[in-house]
Amino acid sequence: MNDVLRTEALGRVLPGAVPVTLVDGISVAFEPASFTVVTGPSGSGKSSLLYLLGLLDLPTSGEVFLDGQPTSGLDDAARTRMRLAAFGFVFQFHFLLPEFTVLDNVMLPMRQLGQLSRPAMRARAMALLEQLDMADQANKRPDGLSGGQRQRTAVARALANDPPLVLADEPTGALDTKNAAAVFAILVDLAQQGRTVIAVTHDEGLAQTARRRIHLVDGRVVRDEAQG
Amino acid sequence: MTLPLTIAIAHLLSRRRQTLVSVLGVALGVGVFIAVTGLMAGFQTYFRTQLIESNPHVVITDEVRRPAPQPLAMLHPGAAVAVSRILPRDPVRGIANAAEILAALSAMEGVAAAPTLRGQMLLRRAGRDYAVSAIGIDPEQEMRVTTLQKDVKEGSLEALGTRSDGNVLGRALAEKMGAALGDTVAVATSAGGESALRIVGIFRTGVEQQDNSQVYVSLNRQQSMQGRPRVVNEIHIRLADIARSREVAAIAEGRWGYKAAPWEETFSRILEVFVLQNIIIYGSTGSILLVAGFGIFNIISTVVSEKARDIAIMRSIGMPRGSVVATFIAEGIAVGLMGVAAGWLAGWAGASFMETLPAPGASDPTQTLTVQQTAFTYGLAAGIAMLSAIGAAWIPARKAARTDPLAIIRGAT
Repeated sequence: MNDVLRTEALGRVLPGAVPVTLVDGISVAFEPASFTVVTGPSGSGKSSLLYLLGLLDLPTSGEVFLDGQPTSGLDDAARTRMRLAAFGFVFQFHFLLPEFTVLDNVMLPMRQLGQLSRPAMRARAMALLEQLDMADQANKRPDGLSGGQRQRTAVARALANDPPLVLADEPTGALDTKNAAAVFAILVDLAQQGRTVIAVTHDEGLAQTARRRIHLVDGRVVRDEAQG
Repeated sequence: MTLPLTIAIAHLLSRRRQTLVSVLGVALGVGVFIAVTGLMAGFQTYFRTQLIESNPHVVITDEVRRPAPQPLAMLHPGAAVAVSRILPRDPVRGIANAAEILAALSAMEGVAAAPTLRGQMLLRRAGRDYAVSAIGIDPEQEMRVTTLQKDVKEGSLEALGTRSDGNVLGRALAEKMGAALGDTVAVATSAGGESALRIVGIFRTGVEQQDNSQVYVSLNRQQSMQGRPRVVNEIHIRLADIARSREVAAIAEGRWGYKAAPWEETFSRILEVFVLQNIIIYGSTGSILLVAGFGIFNIISTVVSEKARDIAIMRSIGMPRGSVVATFIAEGIAVGLMGVAAGWLAGWAGASFMETLPAPGASDPTQTLTVQQTAFTYGLAAGIAMLSAIGAAWIPARKAARTDPLAIIRGAT
């Protein structure tokens, strides 16, 4: 009952002349300090489920509970605040701001949250970059980095506010095999450090490294398996 | 520095050339606004000063604003009395008891008064006639109520007191007639009198209407030529405090019944033209500032389109809509502030340069253009520029804030 994130009969239908069901009545729960991989064929609703879990999208039915609290009734401002404090996002593309250095990009969520002093923000950002082996790239701009380095910077930015939840949407989709394995290893580490990590991937090989795998087809959970 | 401001500056620096063009647009608008409105205000102040200095502040004439009440209406006050087809008596024109009025006015503190007789006159020279307005004055008293003597460029106003056949006329009129100081001109009046007057003074006020059609003669001579001995039809008043013109005019009109016009009423047509001139100048220069706003709109709209992904990621990691709006408004404010600063410098430089240019048509060849630079003008230019900049940024900022981050993230994956 101490699930950090939970859904109940979660549904998302895109309206239109022919409504499209993205997520169809999914009920899942995620424990703290766990690493879950969501897999499935293209169009199975993996990313849509992740966006609903991360409060980026609103369900058309069902509910998302964060720390036991329902979230669908929250307004945009409250959901935005929750995303800032409770979630770290890693997307397929790094989406780093090109005008800022690596260090500044990592500091962005901290500056938005505004709880730390500037030196404390800098120290924390440098610590994260060091942890991800990116400290020597801190003053470079994103266009001077390799794909793997950019994605590691994006991971550091996701961890900036020390969120309990990290959501990754195809984080290795734009990387070569070596960098993909490295980034995935980082996500596994994050779970071992106590965070709840949920990653969407279509790479079955990487998915094998997770303790829990949820397989979706047509917006429904067809398999939810944990391995010892 | 706040996060929205940091991002705003980064955006502007990433598009330096476009930012510079927008800043120059605002600077041009602010600079032109300051220089042109300053020039106009300087001209108006100069013109107004000239008018006020060379003319009486209040003029009492032998006219009445309302016709005298009919005896029937006086007999039944408040009753519905209508009297039609009134045949008025031909009144004797002129201000009755002018000497008493002059004495009473002169007894008032800060008030100087002088009698005059105004009438039409025809100057004849080299076979051509020139219709002018002739003003009979006592030079000694008149000099206490106007500064006309300062504008006399040749001869003197005082000479009217020593030469009974003297006249002082405007330079434009003298040049039109081909007459010079010391020349004699033939004169005819509606009273039928014909005589000759010698030019003892030539003035130039800079006010075309005065320089072209006014002639001063001594009061006695004017009364004689107009066939109106001892008659005065105008009393000129000068005030120590010009702001009292309406008050003194009202007192005089209430006390003696004659129409007393303050300078604001006498020159109301000119003042109305100034108002129209202000509307045109402020409208046209202000519109330059508004057009500069389009430059800001252009750059911020472009940034919003280009930075859609950045906006999406910032929204997804927790930047509220308000901060997104603040980011782009900050860009507008930054461009506006830089433009205002540069525009102030440009406006000051332009105004300073214009102040070195000779004033066209000035009687004094060393006189230069007057440009009135006030804190109000600088503030107004900055205010319009900043409003324009913020307004121009507001529309794309709202669009950016409404961006659905999910739509962009989905589109990218």
